[in-house]
Amino acid sequence: MSVRTSPGAYAPKPGAAPLPRMIAAQAVLETKMLLRNGEQLLLTVVIPALLLVLFGSVDIVDTGEGKAVDFLAPGVLALAVMSTAFTGQAIATGFERRYGVLKRLAVSPLPRWGLMTAKTLSVLVTEVLQIVLLTVIAFSMGWSPHGNPLAVLLLLVLGTAAFSGLGLLMAGTLKAEATLAAANLVFLLLLVGGGVVVSLDKFPDAAQSVLGLLPIAALSDGLRDVLQHGAGVPWVDLGILAGWAVLGLGAAARFFRWE
Amino acid sequence: MRSDPVVQVRSLVKRYGDKTAVDGLDLVAEAGVTAVLGPNGAGKTTTIEICEGYRKPDSGSVSVLGLDPVREGAALRPRIGVMLQSGGVYSGARADEMLRHVAKLHAHPLDVDALIERLGLGSCGRTTYRRLSGGQQQRLALAMAVVGRPELVFLDEPTAGLDPQARRATWELVRDLRVDGVSTILTTHYMDEAEQLADDVAIIDTGRVIARGTPEELCRGGAENTLRFTGRPALDVASLLKALPADSAAVELTPGAYRVSGKVDPQLLATVTSWCAQHGVMPDRISVERHTLEDVFLELTGKELR
Repeated sequence: MSVRTSPGAYAPKPGAAPLPRMIAAQAVLETKMLLRNGEQLLLTVVIPALLLVLFGSVDIVDTGEGKAVDFLAPGVLALAVMSTAFTGQAIATGFERRYGVLKRLAVSPLPRWGLMTAKTLSVLVTEVLQIVLLTVIAFSMGWSPHGNPLAVLLLLVLGTAAFSGLGLLMAGTLKAEATLAAANLVFLLLLVGGGVVVSLDKFPDAAQSVLGLLPIAALSDGLRDVLQHGAGVPWVDLGILAGWAVLGLGAAARFFRWE
Repeated sequence: MRSDPVVQVRSLVKRYGDKTAVDGLDLVAEAGVTAVLGPNGAGKTTTIEICEGYRKPDSGSVSVLGLDPVREGAALRPRIGVMLQSGGVYSGARADEMLRHVAKLHAHPLDVDALIERLGLGSCGRTTYRRLSGGQQQRLALAMAVVGRPELVFLDEPTAGLDPQARRATWELVRDLRVDGVSTILTTHYMDEAEQLADDVAIIDTGRVIARGTPEELCRGGAENTLRFTGRPALDVASLLKALPADSAAVELTPGAYRVSGKVDPQLLATVTSWCAQHGVMPDRISVERHTLEDVFLELTGKELR
């Protein structure tokens, strides 16, 4: 333990690494931590894939006219975005805050916005992996998507922004344990009441108009309009997601506590 | 090798609600090793964390390496290394993985493998942070503080809870850093740590610096030495005091343990032993001691350190 180091080995030579290198290193580490965490994988990969396969092959939920997978795939993609950008990010960030990781990184050369950029990159990388996996499964079940890929991309990006804002708001204000419980509860409630696998048409009219304003409902409805029905750009749903993104990210920027 | 101070704190005040954590604190740390000593709640961590840029002072000014830690934090952060009192690592990260990551955030990091070997972190293997022992976690935090080749290192209780071997390894590293021109500000509960490592010591209590100097200066500060002996409990200290010169003091510290302080010379020693003989007391373990930092601390604050 007491290996002497040659004199001068510790002579100061301070300096920050170039910003892109710092952000890339941070994004790689964040992604590794996420993929190493079993509970997170359950949430982000296993549950969406299972729902797609289960409800696509067994006639349990009413998927309306046409192939079940055409109804289910857009909802499950929306769920995948929520599971990573909201639930996973909230829980991980909540515990990083609790264990002083955010505090320690705050005095490193990596600026705070750099850390947030890396977190976003890590969320996006995870989402790409999820979408590839779910798309392959859906295609193997005979999925035939329609519509403008650009509209889909826009929905996914705005959905990610909206859910990230809400997830970070939760992680930065609540205790880690409370975040863990609340993020899982919200995931479950939105899974049922957000038009993911159960069409909002099944709910009473009054409930529908409220539920329709939820970010998960806007995302799954927008994706379904485009991918299942070949609609153009779903402006209303994009508007709802943009509203949540501004609200969530704004509140997170204002109220997020690093310690 | 004295140059500009590395840390300058002037009239620092920090309140949390109606509790005043730091109350007009002044501290100048020169290049080298400065130890900040104080009981729990004295304001050590608050002061250090203000220097690290974590929070703004309510009043007063702080300058670290000539920079304002909050306003000029971006310029300061690459130049300092920070070891927090606890945590700071992803619970699912391995020790070497986290250390390599922090190294990547710096332009000219130390050789990570050499540092891992030096601090005995090689044995951590593939174990993730949450399953490392407390000592391994501490050493990893220390490694993270120095890996970026900083000019100044802040160590908040670096050896709390370490076994003696790991403690010595930490001390050796701080000494090597000093030789290579890296300055260190450390807070500690341990007097021997301050005596062993520090060029300068600042004793903090209730948010103020109440004494400062080199360890030698502080120990000489009282100018008085101490004579200790043990005997049976509840001796008549007042009677002993009458036999001693006017400026002496005698107390029973714990039942049966006595301390006489004052001008301890051969005459005083003879007075004490003859008083003991008159009272049929065998002064067991009689010793004459130089003041320790512990004594200085106790006199100044009236508190035990821990």
